[in-house]
Amino acid sequence: MKILYFAWLKQKVGTAEEEVNPPPEVTDVAGLLDWLARRSPRHQDALARRSVVRVAVNQSYAKPEHPVRPGDEIALFPPVTGG
Amino acid sequence: MIRVQEEDFDVGAELVGLAAGDRSVGGLACFVGLVRDIADGTPVSAMALEHYPGMTQKMLEAIEAEARTRWPLADCLVIHRYGRLEPGDRIVLVATASVHRSAALEACAFLIDWLKTKAPFWKMEEAVSGETRWVEARDSDDLAAERWGRAGPV
Repeated sequence: MKILYFAWLKQKVGTAEEEVNPPPEVTDVAGLLDWLARRSPRHQDALARRSVVRVAVNQSYAKPEHPVRPGDEIALFPPVTGG
Repeated sequence: MIRVQEEDFDVGAELVGLAAGDRSVGGLACFVGLVRDIADGTPVSAMALEHYPGMTQKMLEAIEAEARTRWPLADCLVIHRYGRLEPGDRIVLVATASVHRSAALEACAFLIDWLKTKAPFWKMEEAVSGETRWVEARDSDDLAAERWGRAGPV
């Protein structure tokens, strides 16, 4: 599964994109964020304030209970500030 | 019609082209967003707008579709820029055309309110000192978006 990071999440994690293979017990967005946060101190720092992390699964907004599957494109970003 | 682009746009030309030739149209409304030269009291020298290309177009199209279900629009145009912009530069254009002014004006306000809270763009401001900071989302923008009611499909 492909993980994309934007804005300050990208800076904190230190990469714009990474390919990951979480274990089978990771089945939804909330579980994926918990698992990602354990990957490195940088991930942990970036995901520390979970309330300001927005998630999109396959380019659509997704809630914590939204399922995640191998092959999904998951984007993590802060609240948007366009316009 | 949705356009996400790095280059500037010509507001006059875009408005002339909106619903051109459609004689049922009684009015056009538009909003143009600009880069301010000061943010939270700090002078700004430039702004970098990042976006999520795979999702931006899809999200803006969903917002346009929602506007078209709520108001009878003869035409609708959203242009949003990305990349490096300076104070005074245009960031976004929202323009609507309808038989009557109320539909055009309301749909225009709705589009910019929803765009600001749903379209995946992020602004990074560069202060005159050279220091950079990511702009934080404002609660007032969430309230502006919420006044239009149900969240809809996006």
